[in-house]
Amino acid sequence: MFNEIYDVIVVGGGHAGSEAAASAANMGSKTLLITMNLQNIAQMSCNPAMGGIAKGQIVREIDALGGYSGIVSDTSAIQFKMLNKSKGPAMWSPRVQSDRMRFAEDWRLLLEKTKNLDFYQEMVSGLIVENGKIAGVKTSLGIEVRAKSVVLTNGTFLNGLIHIGDKNFGGGRAGERAATGITEQLVNLGFESGRMKTGTPPRVDGRSLDFSKMAEQPGDAVPEKFSYLDITKPLEYQRSCYMAHTSELVHDLLREGFDRSPMFNGRIKSLGPRYCPSIEDKINRFSDKNSHQLFVEPEGWNTVEMYVNGFSTSLPEDVQFKAMRSIVGFENVKFFRPGYAIEYDYFPPTQLKHTLETKLVEGLYFAGQINGTTGYEEAASQGLMAGINAALKVKEKDPFILQRNEAYIGVLVDDLITKGTEEPYRMFTSRAEYRTLLRQDNADFRLTPRGYDLGLASEKRLRRMEEKLDASEKFVQFFKDTSVTKEEANPVLEAKDSAAVKQQGKMHKIFARPNITIEDMRKIESVDNYIKEHNLDREIIEQTEIQVKYAGYIDKEKNNADKLSRLENIKIPANFDYSKLQSMSLEAREKLNKIQPVTISQASRVSGVSPADISVLLVYMGR
Amino acid sequence: MNYNNDTIVALATASGAGAVAIIRLSGEAAITIADANFQSVKKNKSLTTQKTHTIHLGHIMDGKRTIDEVLVSVFKNPNSYTGENVVEISCHGSIYIQQEIIQLFLRNGCRMANAGEFTLRAFLNAKLDLSQAEAVADLIASDNEASHQIAMQQMRGGFSSEIAKLREELMNFASLIELELDFAEEDVEFADRTQFKELIVRIEFVLKRLIDSFAVGNVIKNGIPVAIVGEPNVGKSTLLNALLNEERAIVSDIAGTTRDTIEDELVIEGIGFRFIDTAGIRETEDVVESIGIKKTFEKMEQAQVVVLLFSAEEFKTESKRLKVEIEKIKNRFPLKPLIIISNKVDTLNEAELSTLKSQFEELHLLSAKTGVGVEELKEKLIGFVNTGALRNNETIVTNTRHYDSLLKAFQEINSVKSGLETGISGDLLAIDVRQALYHFGEITGTITSDDLLGNIFANFCIGK
Repeated sequence: MFNEIYDVIVVGGGHAGSEAAASAANMGSKTLLITMNLQNIAQMSCNPAMGGIAKGQIVREIDALGGYSGIVSDTSAIQFKMLNKSKGPAMWSPRVQSDRMRFAEDWRLLLEKTKNLDFYQEMVSGLIVENGKIAGVKTSLGIEVRAKSVVLTNGTFLNGLIHIGDKNFGGGRAGERAATGITEQLVNLGFESGRMKTGTPPRVDGRSLDFSKMAEQPGDAVPEKFSYLDITKPLEYQRSCYMAHTSELVHDLLREGFDRSPMFNGRIKSLGPRYCPSIEDKINRFSDKNSHQLFVEPEGWNTVEMYVNGFSTSLPEDVQFKAMRSIVGFENVKFFRPGYAIEYDYFPPTQLKHTLETKLVEGLYFAGQINGTTGYEEAASQGLMAGINAALKVKEKDPFILQRNEAYIGVLVDDLITKGTEEPYRMFTSRAEYRTLLRQDNADFRLTPRGYDLGLASEKRLRRMEEKLDASEKFVQFFKDTSVTKEEANPVLEAKDSAAVKQQGKMHKIFARPNITIEDMRKIESVDNYIKEHNLDREIIEQTEIQVKYAGYIDKEKNNADKLSRLENIKIPANFDYSKLQSMSLEAREKLNKIQPVTISQASRVSGVSPADISVLLVYMGR
Repeated sequence: MNYNNDTIVALATASGAGAVAIIRLSGEAAITIADANFQSVKKNKSLTTQKTHTIHLGHIMDGKRTIDEVLVSVFKNPNSYTGENVVEISCHGSIYIQQEIIQLFLRNGCRMANAGEFTLRAFLNAKLDLSQAEAVADLIASDNEASHQIAMQQMRGGFSSEIAKLREELMNFASLIELELDFAEEDVEFADRTQFKELIVRIEFVLKRLIDSFAVGNVIKNGIPVAIVGEPNVGKSTLLNALLNEERAIVSDIAGTTRDTIEDELVIEGIGFRFIDTAGIRETEDVVESIGIKKTFEKMEQAQVVVLLFSAEEFKTESKRLKVEIEKIKNRFPLKPLIIISNKVDTLNEAELSTLKSQFEELHLLSAKTGVGVEELKEKLIGFVNTGALRNNETIVTNTRHYDSLLKAFQEINSVKSGLETGISGDLLAIDVRQALYHFGEITGTITSDDLLGNIFANFCIGK
């Protein structure tokens, strides 16, 4: 059935697999997406939302490079919020609530429209490896498909084991079977594997809830969107979420089931994420807190199904049900399905290169939860990077690697391959050293030219970015060049309790004051006139405001980042043998031999490596 | 860690007092920085316009204040030891002057050189050939090892633990700030800005105090106090003279009555020691003598090392009394390093020596007259510094490095303070807080953003 040799085979059709397939195909590689069930492409296995703090920035980065996650998030959104708007611009984080079914459908339709992309439904049970190089995959029916590169995005499916109370059964997701064979083969090839755990809350019938007893949480009054392209539009109508709270009574009822909890009776041995604990974990670890927040999130425009965010649990279903019924507003709740925990195989990501290609098997790439990460956005961005790099490798072109000061995606990949991870890895803004540079508003400036060079971001995308850059730079210059009289400035300043000016001065000086916004500045006639004359849209005005108000901080971080990049430029030769460096500590030698960092800077981030070790390394390498 | 072309400074001659010392600057800005703090004896002469390999007479100036008359040698890139622009300043050898000049440069754009960094730069600029690489690497590794050990020892001492504590408090606040940034959607407490401001003011105060104490060379000037306890006739002055003999040292006599204290200061291997002469603690009925004993105990309390000096004669004739006195001191100051010396061992024969040794096991045998045991005594005193038995704030070699970090941390803390005053958002505050933590980390250990996250997960209930 498969006679041709594919450039890229993507195994798995989740967020990572979909982005990998789309990017490879869009870059001109003959691509095949194989997944166990083509009806389940781009499922949101957990909460029906995309983006959020640090994650929203990632979605913007994917979009800026030419990936699809931003577009699909926009077309399937039912609510939009810009989180952290009261903080500095680096913290502004877009998030949407999504229509789960539409999200999956839109992804599938986009993929179907993608040139060079074939689909096949089957379970991949093995890899074809020849002379240390990948040569294709084998399916459970015995079909062999040959390829120059393979991207594995197996999510939670590899030997997935679902736990509900004292029951457990094999499965990759509720109602879907697990995948077997691949882990065992990879371990035989010399890979190290581990187990991780994650969980999900019950889904309930919205018709059984009393929302009048909960606090409504509507979307933003003026919603924005993810994609930098104008093919998507901000929402006109939105659906609300609702907030409820647990109580001591709820906690007591949950505690009754602790002896049957796989979390506490030792049945689940693997580590779950500390920042996404189950409700039983929260009660157990923070027993002094007598109430926890719950967010009731609609699963779509029309469905009655609701997602109870904050109630992730693997307690027995009867305990889940009884406890939930004692939550105010949930007195008559009906379950669509109980919450559960799932354990699955992952491969410590220190076994990968910056391209997400494995060090052991040439042409084999890993992306998503198989690398120990959690989250749709984290998975999607890895899929994108793996797809890009697989395509580049086939074309024998230089790899595409993002630096830590270029993108959250750069931080994500570098963290994974340099430090590895013991618990499911989620992105936080605090993981980025230079988050002031990695904002959601400038992902297009940072990445669209790169995406365009790859042949992934369209020319239209590049032009839009250039127009935005040009218009905002000119507007910034306007504030620097234009003077404002004290008669014009002082009423504006007075209204904001800001000290009056004594003489005429340049506009950017008063604009840079902490509580003066563009709305205040617009009260000055010449500013308002400039905006009208040049027909500036919200995005350009906002960009200008950020560039004027935060210039000092941005420059400071740029300087700090430049220091890093000097070390980043010093490369370490491949397969460097650290064991001969007698002056280096034993621990550092072992760690560095294992990780094989590419640059001095990366080496300095490996745990257990001291500045003295780095000095020794520098000396040995010369320059 | 900065392996770039910033300008580094360090003492090029051995640490300690000498007739002349050389301070070396290397880096792109070495000549400009030196020039900015140099006034030639010839009017309007600028170092920046001088030829390479030339020497210039003038003064090192801190603003309008003259620090020292010096000779400045200029070496231009690439014809220098490191291959970069290098300036060598020959100044007078006092430790105080050396430190004043180095600190002046640190305040004016130089960074303290890391151990072996001049050599490292020389290597990186191909001034040394590859066969020397192993030697250089070993040098760096061992130097760092030594400085690391010293740093660890200092951790037990006053100022580092103070920094560690402040760093921890700052870390906790940094975590709280990260918490309100990364988990804003969740039910989390917010970092109390008033408390944060209090902490920043406190940190600022401590840093200021530490910086000032280094700037004046407090430790260098005062030295480590050593109490010498002994009767007037046991040979205290001969011992001091013997110690002084080979050392170029500053001796100052603060004379007093026989029952008052006399202080002598001397420098051993770059470390200042202040010897406090006290009367013995012989039990007595005499009121005046008792006051003397009380004073002796006070001095011992203040001292960081106690030297008990007896003559060999006394050991022979009054061993019982001496044992009581030694016990008394040990009971009173159980943690204080104590050296018990029998002076005048040249007056004893072999048999008497071995009896003495068997009676007092930790006895240090010495003859100030012949010089026997003097070297060993010096080693013992220095040994206390290196093993951290002396709980002195700092040693001279490393404190300049720390001074550098403290200065930078101080600047960052100042930015945090003004940020708090204008009420800026946490993510912007965090930029300066992270830098301050980084500089604290240079003194106490290292910091990564993982530390912050670990702190958050351990202490707060987060996650939907």
